[in-house]
Amino acid sequence: MNPETPAFKANARAALSDPQLQSALSGLPTGLVAQRTSARARLPEFEALRDIGRDVRNHALEYLDLYLETYERNATAAGAVVHWAETGQDAREIIARICQDAGARIVTKGKSMISEEIALNVDLEARGFEVVETDLGEYIIQNRLETPSHIIAPAIHLTQQQVEDDFRKLHTHLPAGRILEEPAQLVAEARSVLREKFMLADVGITGANFLIAETGSSIIVTNEGNGDLTQSLARVHIVLASIDKVLPTLEDVTTVLRLLARSATGQEFTTYATFSTGPRRPEDPDGPDAYHVVLLDNGRAELLGSEFREVLRCIRCGACMNHCPVYNAVGGHAYGWVYPGPIGAVMTPALIGVKAGGHLPNASTFCGRCEAVCPMKIPLPKLMRHWREAEFEQGHTPTRYRYGLKTWAWFAKRPRTYHFCARFAAAVLGALGSGAGRFSRLPFASGWTRDRDFPAPQGRTFQQLWAETRRGVPR
Amino acid sequence: MSPGQSARPGRPRVGLFVTCLVDLIRPSVGFAAVTLIERSGCDVDVPTGQTCCGQPAYNSGDQATAREIALQTIRAFDGFDYVVAPSGSCAGMLRSHYPALFKGDAVLESEARAFAAKVYELISFLVDVRGMTSVGSRFAGRVTYHDSCSGLRELGIKDQPRRLLASMPGVELSEMAEAEICCGFGGTFAIKYPDISNAMVDKKCASIAASGADLVLAGDLGCLMNMAGKLVRDGRPVRCRHVAEVLADELSDPPIAWPDKAVGEGSA
Repeated sequence: MNPETPAFKANARAALSDPQLQSALSGLPTGLVAQRTSARARLPEFEALRDIGRDVRNHALEYLDLYLETYERNATAAGAVVHWAETGQDAREIIARICQDAGARIVTKGKSMISEEIALNVDLEARGFEVVETDLGEYIIQNRLETPSHIIAPAIHLTQQQVEDDFRKLHTHLPAGRILEEPAQLVAEARSVLREKFMLADVGITGANFLIAETGSSIIVTNEGNGDLTQSLARVHIVLASIDKVLPTLEDVTTVLRLLARSATGQEFTTYATFSTGPRRPEDPDGPDAYHVVLLDNGRAELLGSEFREVLRCIRCGACMNHCPVYNAVGGHAYGWVYPGPIGAVMTPALIGVKAGGHLPNASTFCGRCEAVCPMKIPLPKLMRHWREAEFEQGHTPTRYRYGLKTWAWFAKRPRTYHFCARFAAAVLGALGSGAGRFSRLPFASGWTRDRDFPAPQGRTFQQLWAETRRGVPR
Repeated sequence: MSPGQSARPGRPRVGLFVTCLVDLIRPSVGFAAVTLIERSGCDVDVPTGQTCCGQPAYNSGDQATAREIALQTIRAFDGFDYVVAPSGSCAGMLRSHYPALFKGDAVLESEARAFAAKVYELISFLVDVRGMTSVGSRFAGRVTYHDSCSGLRELGIKDQPRRLLASMPGVELSEMAEAEICCGFGGTFAIKYPDISNAMVDKKCASIAASGADLVLAGDLGCLMNMAGKLVRDGRPVRCRHVAEVLADELSDPPIAWPDKAVGEGSA
């Protein structure tokens, strides 16, 4: 996927004037946000659990090499073939080769953000495979040739009406007069269509919410059961996971899962939590004949040794974007790459560079709501600020802005001059704005005054009045 | 009188960090802050060596400039028992971020930490440090309170202003929905991303209007300028003031972005 992040401003503007998108987004506060709030209230130890979850992830990252090796050893012992991929290109080659060797025609997929990150579908389709997304939201957007606008609710930018229209266009083999008014009817229709694909699939690809070192297992959590069918009905199951997904023990996984569902959807637990350890054993009633795991770095090792390390604790719950006022205003596609919202503002510059991704960490008021809800307590505003520092140091900050900052800093570092000039500014602006009490237009602040008035200064600075009176009531 | 020496023995000496917006736009907030700090039993002085807390540089990634300004601020307040700012955003910068700026320089970092330990946001200082439970003024009106982000999430300011407002006879607090959601100001954010900022303040103003209050209070002038500017542009008859103005009964100036004529509000 080609990053559109440099066009963030234009994309945001378009998103703000898209009534369907705005209608779809308006459900977030009463939906995922309210559900999380209620789930948190039902679990008194939720805040303590966040500390434990953070520590579990920190420990796993501290000894990542050890746990990855343990995972590989135990997975291999269970019959898995473990592949190491440094880049997205490496991972795509490995996966394509497995599909080719299996003589595959149809490839089903469970929901996987890492596969979005490496644009896997486009690559497999170019090689002649039919790729079918089986998560309902992913299925919907795949047919629209779109990318996910949210990491757990990929079609959240769409209204129910849009989905109905799409299904009528797409599923022409079904009766035209059928009723599709309820979400359940849409789900049932998608399920019937997807069921055939599950049965025909040669290869099933899933991501992994976590890899478990002590057992060599991977786990996915879903609410639709599509992941189970993807990985157990095809002859070959491929797990694609980034290297930061490993946790030491099953106990650690259950701890983190208690946070994941509550933070994501407000559920105590997802409907399905599916563990897979190697291919089908002789005594197993079903399962794949072959089981591959592709462990992808794609920049994680570098992040691990950097000031951005804490972002690797992310468990992809989406709470940061659900609670982000910027995401709520513009939706996920405006961000222009795979990961939207606050987590995207930190991950995107890491993966595509701060020059291309620089808008995202800048487009934040640092309101801190993301950090306040992050189950892993990732200091997202701090990490966004680090990207702004990198941008400034590398000279990517826009020239006009840099110049303005420099001028302001010159004054701010000279208190006497600053106070003298502030008096002048307050006097001039105060005189011009007296009466109305505000400016509806200011030439040097047109970004502000286009949509709102600028309050007029009272006319004299505090320092000036304080110096005159030394204290107390100035008038 | 020089910093560090109390005019009246036993009274703590507070250095007021005015904040650049209060200094330039609305000095009446600064005088309201002085009144309140004095009522809490402290002496106040205002060092002239201060300008801005440095957030424009810090949040733009210019750490070198932010460090220079931080050091200038720290030195300007040498000798005070407390440093108090009528802004959660600036107080958060001084208290939480100054030490982080000097990480790796043991001497300056410990100087920044010692300074940070003295810094409080105004209302938090009055309630949490000085134990103030009542401000001793009156105000008649229906108000709503916007929780500014830094004060709320960096400094834990939520109940303190509400408690002081509740102590004032005549104040009716009508909470808006989503009082804790950002108004869209964000310093340079409002200038750099005006479309998104506008969408955010638009939602905020709708919540304010729905609360039925005729006065919005908050602890940060930046947020207030943003909300007031939008409310008057949209012709909504809701006024905006810094919470300190109401608490200190410093209401002789018109509300923020409001015409300069008698408005007859909250007559005490």
